[in-house]
Amino acid sequence: MVGLVDVISVGLFAAALRMATPIVYAALGGIFSERVGIINIGLEGTMLASAFAGVTASYYTGNPWLGVVVAVLVGGLIGLLHAILTVKFVGNQIVSGTGINIFAMGFTAYMSQIIWGSRGASEGVRGLGTWNIPFIADLPVVGPIIGSHSPLVYLMLVVTVLSYVVLFRTPLGLRIRAVGEHPTAAETAGIDVLRVKYLCVILSGMLAGLGGAFLSLGHLNLFTRGMTGGRGFIAMAAMIFGKWMPFGAFGASLLFGLADALQMRLQSLGLLPPQIILTIPYLLTVAVLAGVVGKARPPSDYKPYKRE
Amino acid sequence: MKARELLSRVVSPETLRDIIIQIIAILMAFLVGAGVLLVTGYNPVDAYAAMFRGAFGDVFRVGQTLTQATPILFTALAFLFSFKSGLFNIGAEGQFLAGAFASALVGISFQNLPAPLHVLLALAAGAVAGGLWGLIPAVLKTRFGAHEVITTMMLSYVALYLTSYMVNYPFKAPGWVSQTVMIAESARLPRLLQGAQLSASIFIALALVLLTRFILNRTILGYEIRATGLNPSAAENAGIDVKRGMILALVVSGAIAGLGGSGEIMGVHRRFIDGFSPGYGWDGLAVALVGGLSPVGSLLAAILFGALRSGGMIMTRVTGVPLDIVFLLQALVILFVAAPSLIRAILKRGGLRW
Repeated sequence: MVGLVDVISVGLFAAALRMATPIVYAALGGIFSERVGIINIGLEGTMLASAFAGVTASYYTGNPWLGVVVAVLVGGLIGLLHAILTVKFVGNQIVSGTGINIFAMGFTAYMSQIIWGSRGASEGVRGLGTWNIPFIADLPVVGPIIGSHSPLVYLMLVVTVLSYVVLFRTPLGLRIRAVGEHPTAAETAGIDVLRVKYLCVILSGMLAGLGGAFLSLGHLNLFTRGMTGGRGFIAMAAMIFGKWMPFGAFGASLLFGLADALQMRLQSLGLLPPQIILTIPYLLTVAVLAGVVGKARPPSDYKPYKRE
Repeated sequence: MKARELLSRVVSPETLRDIIIQIIAILMAFLVGAGVLLVTGYNPVDAYAAMFRGAFGDVFRVGQTLTQATPILFTALAFLFSFKSGLFNIGAEGQFLAGAFASALVGISFQNLPAPLHVLLALAAGAVAGGLWGLIPAVLKTRFGAHEVITTMMLSYVALYLTSYMVNYPFKAPGWVSQTVMIAESARLPRLLQGAQLSASIFIALALVLLTRFILNRTILGYEIRATGLNPSAAENAGIDVKRGMILALVVSGAIAGLGGSGEIMGVHRRFIDGFSPGYGWDGLAVALVGGLSPVGSLLAAILFGALRSGGMIMTRVTGVPLDIVFLLQALVILFVAAPSLIRAILKRGGLRW
């Protein structure tokens, strides 16, 4: 069992935080969208498209921060598309999301071949690098875990807190939750339901865009085909596991990030088949939905809203 | 207007309108795709012409198109069946893989069975495994209210990793590739064309098109399923056991997807190879929608998607256009089909009224 002790190390927890980062962003995106009654199963594709957009911008300008901005804009645009199809034209949310996922897969692979001549991966670009947080980085144990990460990891912590504050401590948050829970009553109370829905679905795309930017500019510094690898779906799982609450989703993402980090380390040791560990997030989500690990009640009935 | 009158006797005006909207959605997708091709420096006419020849140019190419169309016809019918009961089974991929693996297991486990029996046994195993994989979300839905969109999707990943585990560990064939050994000759579905992979699996799919149509439109079960889908509380009041209908619909849906997996293993690959499905389960949703949520429409849409795949490969070889334009086109079709009122709005702007 010497191997197992080696696995549980500070490095493991630092990796877990890194692995959790894109999941947290996308899960927060999912929360904003579902809180106004729109299921956004297109988070996966949105992240992928943004990861690509970020690398492309960094490739042509040499400025990774500009890449982040472009990634967020592209995410917002895809959110807007989802909102137009599902809010304005009352299209089916699952179908639109699936379309977005397949579109992102095809478009990024197509364009990556046009730009870099390779179906598999882009050229390396300038990434964001890591920040060493003064003082904290030098602490024992804590330092190696949280002291030195990509700036987008720290931004993720800020965005998580902000999401909570916006949703539960501001009038806007009250409106958002009202729109999801009881759109007719919200409209009667003078809330522009459709506008709030648009706003939140666009925001949802932008947050997923940050997740994508982290994957390509904060982690690998290049774009690879299908690099999101189902993290958008895991994020939906984290969102449900976290009961549509920002801190809940953060905790769930950390757990899934830990499973991911553990999986890679166990794989190198050959202790447990990686495939078995990889099923954990999905099985946990099913268990949560079934009420085995606490009951999960969605914040909306997701019915399309039509003005009378 | 004689042609129109004649047509209205075959299909109702509503159906005709739906068909026209689907066709317009497909054309719009190709139009946007042409724009992408143009902007990226390719000639869309050349590309589409090469794609068409690649999909339907000769008997072999048609065979390749039908080979690609077969698995997605299964998963489309699976999606359709659950959808009619008001459930969104987007986990056909998992049921497909479960069925595929069960058939492979039966295929490699027996060596001296008579061929027809072995084939039937392997198919039955696939249908049962797929049905069971559909039963789990059905029970979770009816007993605990767990949303089937999420559970079927999550269970797809579970099936993906579990089957991957199976062919990487307990059932791994000797060698580097993650796959089982070949299934016995007696468990294989015959191939239909010399040198092509088209197998008798397509006949099972075609039979299921007719069977699905029959069950949904002509049987009490189908009536109950459709009533449940249209208005669950009204169906409940009319004395229909809604929960039973939902469970049945998801189990049958899973079994259809599972049979699709069986067909791929027994007809095309003859063994379970890790990652052999490029996402046939996800395509099913798209195919069923483009097919206007009818069995016969799904058949036509499956051929369209199959043609995109097989023709796309030839297009890439001839014109150098990246193959991924195919996925782009598929996605565009889905997005246009996602909101029929979008197409109507576009038509309205063009001065056409519906």
